[in-house]
Amino acid sequence: MIETPRQFDGAGALSLPGRILRALHVDVPLMIGIAALCGVGLIVLYSADGGNVARVQSQLFRIGVAFGGMLVLCQIPPHFLRSWSPWLFGGGVVLLLLVAFVGDEGKGAQRWLDLGVIRFQPSELMKLAMPMVIAAYLHTRALPPRPRELVVLAALIAVPSVTIARQPDLGTSLLVASSGLFVVFLAGVRLRVVFGFGALAAAAAPLLWLSMKDYQKSRVLTFLNPERDPLGAGYHTIQSKIAIGSGGVFGKGWLNSTQAQLEFLPESSTDFIFAVIGEEFGLVGLLVVLVLYLFVLGRCLFIAVEAQDTYARLLAGGLALTFFVYVFVNTGMVTGLLPVVGVPLPLISYGGTSMVTLMAGFGILQAIHTHRKLLGQ
Amino acid sequence: MPSVRPESLKDHGREQRTFGLRVLIAGAGAVALTLVVVARLITLQVVHYDHYDEQATGNRIRIEPLAPTRGLIFDRNGILLAENLPAYQLELVPEQVSDIDGTLVRLIKRDLLNAQEQDRFQQALRRVGRRFEPVPLRYRLDDTALARFSVRRQEFPGVDIRPRLARHYPMGATAVHVVGYVGSLSANDIDERNERNYAGTTHIGKSGIELAYEDQLHGTVGYRQVLINAQGRALETVDQVPPAPDMDLYLTLDVRLQSAAEAALANRRGAVVALDPRNGDVLALASTPGFDPNPFGAGLSTRQYQALINNPDNPMFNRALQGQYSPGSTVKPILGLAALHFDTRTPSDHMFCPGHFSLPNNDHRYRDWKREGHGKVNLAQSIEQSCDVYFYQLALDLGIDRLHDFASQFSFGATTGIDIRGERGGLLPSREWKRRRFKRAANQVWFPGETVITGIGQGFWLATPLQLAHATGVIAMRGEKHAPRLLDAVRDPLKGDIVAEPRAAARQIEVDDPAHWETIVSSMRDVIYGAQGTARQVGAQRPYTVAGKTGTVQVFTVAQDEEYEADKVDESLRDHGWFVAFAPVDEPRVALAVLVENGGGGSASAAPVASKVLDTFFDFSPRTVAQRTDGAP
Repeated sequence: MIETPRQFDGAGALSLPGRILRALHVDVPLMIGIAALCGVGLIVLYSADGGNVARVQSQLFRIGVAFGGMLVLCQIPPHFLRSWSPWLFGGGVVLLLLVAFVGDEGKGAQRWLDLGVIRFQPSELMKLAMPMVIAAYLHTRALPPRPRELVVLAALIAVPSVTIARQPDLGTSLLVASSGLFVVFLAGVRLRVVFGFGALAAAAAPLLWLSMKDYQKSRVLTFLNPERDPLGAGYHTIQSKIAIGSGGVFGKGWLNSTQAQLEFLPESSTDFIFAVIGEEFGLVGLLVVLVLYLFVLGRCLFIAVEAQDTYARLLAGGLALTFFVYVFVNTGMVTGLLPVVGVPLPLISYGGTSMVTLMAGFGILQAIHTHRKLLGQ
Repeated sequence: MPSVRPESLKDHGREQRTFGLRVLIAGAGAVALTLVVVARLITLQVVHYDHYDEQATGNRIRIEPLAPTRGLIFDRNGILLAENLPAYQLELVPEQVSDIDGTLVRLIKRDLLNAQEQDRFQQALRRVGRRFEPVPLRYRLDDTALARFSVRRQEFPGVDIRPRLARHYPMGATAVHVVGYVGSLSANDIDERNERNYAGTTHIGKSGIELAYEDQLHGTVGYRQVLINAQGRALETVDQVPPAPDMDLYLTLDVRLQSAAEAALANRRGAVVALDPRNGDVLALASTPGFDPNPFGAGLSTRQYQALINNPDNPMFNRALQGQYSPGSTVKPILGLAALHFDTRTPSDHMFCPGHFSLPNNDHRYRDWKREGHGKVNLAQSIEQSCDVYFYQLALDLGIDRLHDFASQFSFGATTGIDIRGERGGLLPSREWKRRRFKRAANQVWFPGETVITGIGQGFWLATPLQLAHATGVIAMRGEKHAPRLLDAVRDPLKGDIVAEPRAAARQIEVDDPAHWETIVSSMRDVIYGAQGTARQVGAQRPYTVAGKTGTVQVFTVAQDEEYEADKVDESLRDHGWFVAFAPVDEPRVALAVLVENGGGGSASAAPVASKVLDTFFDFSPRTVAQRTDGAP
């Protein structure tokens, strides 16, 4: 049940690099998984963009920045994070409301806050602040949560999620909501509450449909029948299925993706990069990537189980499961199992925003793991 | 665990066990979902590998939009007003051209492209999403350009000619203000409509029927999946969903009447609106000068466009719908009717007209158009001779409030509701309007003198030719009011059946005694047939009966002690001439309004135009055209 020192640091006989890593508060297995996925991302990005070195360099730079942020977060002991959680969450909600009124519009959705120097998406912050605040709330309370506490939790989850959904950004809204719900689930809320909530959600689906914007409805309809709109939203799914399917078991080889090279496949370096992997490296390549993701998830869940207090445990578990949701939503969307909702493939897709958020999450996870107090010391 | 605040209610051991169990459930769920994805991958990459491989390698599938063919526009008798003719379009496929700028320069050097078309192309290029979609360089190549390009085709890889259907208006400028025209699709047009439905479409309705009924005319885009070779050339169509057909439109317009109206206006600035008063069908809606809509579809050059915009006669302005003029004496029958309705006048009330009118305690003289006066006149005679003095007093007795409320029933001061865009509502003044219109308190007061001149349709009162034709139609129908409309029926080109557009229900304007309508109609008949009528030439030796009213509107105010002399004032300051009429008097089939800008008196300028239009309507060719002009308004 309780951590033994041996597993943690391999006793005193550490090599120099090992000691450095320990001083940096990094978790080696997790770092290996992250680095492998980032490496796959850079290799595929080079091909998906038709040998564009500048894009690879730009992505490398972003990984570096995100990595730096992660290392900073590794140094912060979890109990600091816990005391910050309500402030972070409150600030995030204020920023979200600010975006709703004064935010910049990009592609018809209001998501950005222009801070002069940088443009900032408060909904990204919420992806971390949500599990943090739920875990902090449950930390001091007896588990499983009682009905009155469930109402408070529901409100904490609903306010930012609805605000983000109205931006409109349904994909992020669902991710933020699920990051909170996972924590509640892990806290041991009774299974009949879980099922009851599921039934309620199913009943609310028609309401959700009515509140959706036309383009969101179109995505859902097109998901149900891609042929309905072969020139528009269905085009993405049709082309990515062709890319993956034509890759076969072993793929066409690196740089040989015809779908991406000939620009049949849209968003080939961002949301649909999974299809490029499928076309160039086949089923084998995709399985390797999926195994890497499962490895990272497994390590994160292990960290959660090993964590020493309620807050750390719940937060680690929530972050781990949210990370997996990214993976499943993206791969599901690219393979035509889910509607196209614009969620990038974690650590592999080109782009800085989600990279920073993910790395920050991994930073928190590693901090939780490496700041454990050893019993008896 | 030192970081946990001790709390008696917390059972840490149980919490940890529960957590472990939940992590196990979640982990198992994640593995299960991953297996779903893996199963999907096996389906795509192993089971259906051949299918997708065929689509992706060797020959490839490309999805191309198939733009629907634009609907045709006919007049009420099936005469074609807008059609689609084959034309050759020069276009460029971005992904097949390595040096787009260089290609453009060479095309310009070969005189196959001009600077303006280059700008438009650059704009369109930024808009296209997929680089294999052709972008038009030039919409219409003439024969010599076509030949020039054909011999040098190999110099321009990725540039090709494509036959397409281009909008063509066989009647040229005829009815251009009704039919409108199409122009190249702009980013603004796309924003207003469903972008996807305009994939592959280059032109869109910009005015008139083409704009108002864009959705019916455009139809729904189709697409086809084609096999292409490595160079991107289409080899074979794999699958095709044809574009859903658009509708052909039948207008209420009678082109014969329309042409007669435009011809009768000759080269003057003016407008003719002819309606069927029984249902509101617009039979003719002419505004001159017009312009040829055909160059708009081919891509108007800046010079051509500037010439149209800077033309002092403003050919693109639809005078029939948007021109707002004082209605002048043409509204006297309606004011007469109002006086009868409110018992301000009886048909036999007389008044002496000395040729001028003054308000009590005011020495400003309101003149009559006839300097020596009309003598003793009753209501019917005042309409027949267009006596101004009688109506000065009548308006004063009626008062501006009752005048406004009664006239507004005839759609003055409001749009008539015709089914093309841009209609203006004119202005029917009232105390309330003046209060809102002016900021300074001194200007917000309604003066009696303003009521006086409203009595002869001058002052603030403004109306469009369409409004006057509409109001005349209402008189013709003795109060039955139909909104004017241009769309008669639509035809589904696949099924071929013509479906009549439903008409809005008529409204009835009530007067206290229906006999008042006949009193007014009879006085309007006297305008044509009476001994002193102001438009006697219109009805002379015609097999049909006409009732009408002339109007003359001052553009330029003559000082109190001066005389207006037409040949001494600048052309643009001359009076506007109006004529409104309907025929036959007892069973009206046509009501019309004619305006001739700066044409001088209505009986001399506008009435002869109306006469020609009516002759055309009743298929009558006069052996001698009456040329009498006696200068009456």
